[in-house]
Amino acid sequence: MEYNNAELMTVNAARLLRDGDVVFVGVGLPNLACNLARRTHAPNLVMIYEAGVIGARPSRLPLSIGDPCLVSGATAVCSMYDIFSFYLQRGNVDVGFLGGAQIDRFGNINATVIGDYNQPKTRLPGSGGSMEIAGWANRCYIITPHQKRRFPEKVDFITSAGFLSHRSEREASGARGKGPQGVVTHLGILEPDENGEMILVALHPGANIDMIQQNTGWEVKVSVNLRETQPPSAEELRILREDLDPTGIYI
Amino acid sequence: MSKVHTLSEAIQKYVHDGDVIYAAGFTHMIPFAAAHEIIRQKKKNLTVARATPDLIYDMLTAAGCVKKVIFSYMGNPGVGSLRIMRDAIEKGEMEWEEYSHFGMISRLQAGATGLPFMPMNQTGAPSLEKANPNIKRITDPYTGAEVIVVPPLNPDVAIVHVQRCDRHGNSQIWGIVGEQKEAAFASKHVIITAEEIVEEDIIRSDPNRTVIPSIIVDAVCYVPFAAHPSYTQGYYDRDNPFYLAWDEISQSNEKIQNWLAEWVFGVKDRDEYWEKLGEETHNRLKVNPRMSSPIDYGDY
Repeated sequence: MEYNNAELMTVNAARLLRDGDVVFVGVGLPNLACNLARRTHAPNLVMIYEAGVIGARPSRLPLSIGDPCLVSGATAVCSMYDIFSFYLQRGNVDVGFLGGAQIDRFGNINATVIGDYNQPKTRLPGSGGSMEIAGWANRCYIITPHQKRRFPEKVDFITSAGFLSHRSEREASGARGKGPQGVVTHLGILEPDENGEMILVALHPGANIDMIQQNTGWEVKVSVNLRETQPPSAEELRILREDLDPTGIYI
Repeated sequence: MSKVHTLSEAIQKYVHDGDVIYAAGFTHMIPFAAAHEIIRQKKKNLTVARATPDLIYDMLTAAGCVKKVIFSYMGNPGVGSLRIMRDAIEKGEMEWEEYSHFGMISRLQAGATGLPFMPMNQTGAPSLEKANPNIKRITDPYTGAEVIVVPPLNPDVAIVHVQRCDRHGNSQIWGIVGEQKEAAFASKHVIITAEEIVEEDIIRSDPNRTVIPSIIVDAVCYVPFAAHPSYTQGYYDRDNPFYLAWDEISQSNEKIQNWLAEWVFGVKDRDEYWEKLGEETHNRLKVNPRMSSPIDYGDY
């Protein structure tokens, strides 16, 4: 079956989720990935939104993270202070999804500024909740197209922490979460090695190591166990196209 | 004591040039009507604080009301950039002070509870802490570990939109309750705009739902549809097409000024604005009821 890059990334991100995971969901592809996982292999997934909604069962595709459809039918609603403290800081969130303009070799993310902070060349939206999600969720995943400008060796500004300069530096920082566990791109999947460096562990069908290297700003190490991902199944694509995003907003 | 004012009176009385204001509501019940009144009254040099400045502060910036922004996520939610504020920052025309969401909300929490600062655990991310001298570290006196601390935020005025309140200001909200309570308790003055002003008996029938008590409220304004293009849970939907349209409008100063002339200066108040939006928009934003099951407080 034919599929596009957004569908490929969403399906692969969904497969990383485990049944019973409590997930801090973002809008766009992460929202689709979570809903897809819940309708396939992870029926007991709990979706939490940073607006303070727990156990959301959105009846339509939310454009914003604070859409009213998240509230109707949810199991609980709380304040922002509560969602970030009782839920995230306390360690009650298994998975966080992150985005950003740039991701570097050690999984650090820049969502704040390109160029000098005080005289910004390009001012980006900033952290929002991503600093805390990256710090405190047990596992974090990043979904992003694989482009050289998005994968510099070192980001201009660390909005949210990956492994900083080495796994040991993150551990010394006192951040409770285990950091980025996977970067899903349209070419493959990167995961941290024992030093916290993001290395190539999987290629999607049709992609190769050269394509990865040409689109990454550092020399990418390749796992000795490099594998190929299964293409999206007809059922996964049907759920995405017919049930979750029937008007094709994100896919 | 009744605190009922017109919105125009309340803004005149409680919002002054140079004030720090906090227009509350995370995506939900953002008090756009009050911002439009601030623009009509040509308030100047405001410091505007919000976790998500949203279109409300983009509009205030476009109208020349803003000197400085305090924020944690400056985007058009689900759409992209807040072009006007971003442009002002890139051109060096606006001051800014930046936090993460939890840092920003912790500032309000400290302000709302009368504490000198609020501690937060380490996130490992170093850059913002270096860029903003207000984010500091102290030693936890119990474990010796370092924690991050942020100072209280105590705005001059909080503006909060609510589903219903009584004439004294006892305010009930449901749906996403972002930081309305914290903003109200942190601020020196509180202006409430409400979809409905109800009898005190209605409030007393469900006291658990009261988020902001009358004792901290200065003004109560009856302003239905005050949150458009944001939404009020159970009353009307978020106008997502307008959020997308703003991305287009905010690309040119001429379009922005025309929009302000037509939709802010061109109308007297929110009633006229809502009327002007027309039937098609009213119907599009209508929402079907989904009632909660009643609970029993008991008759003691």
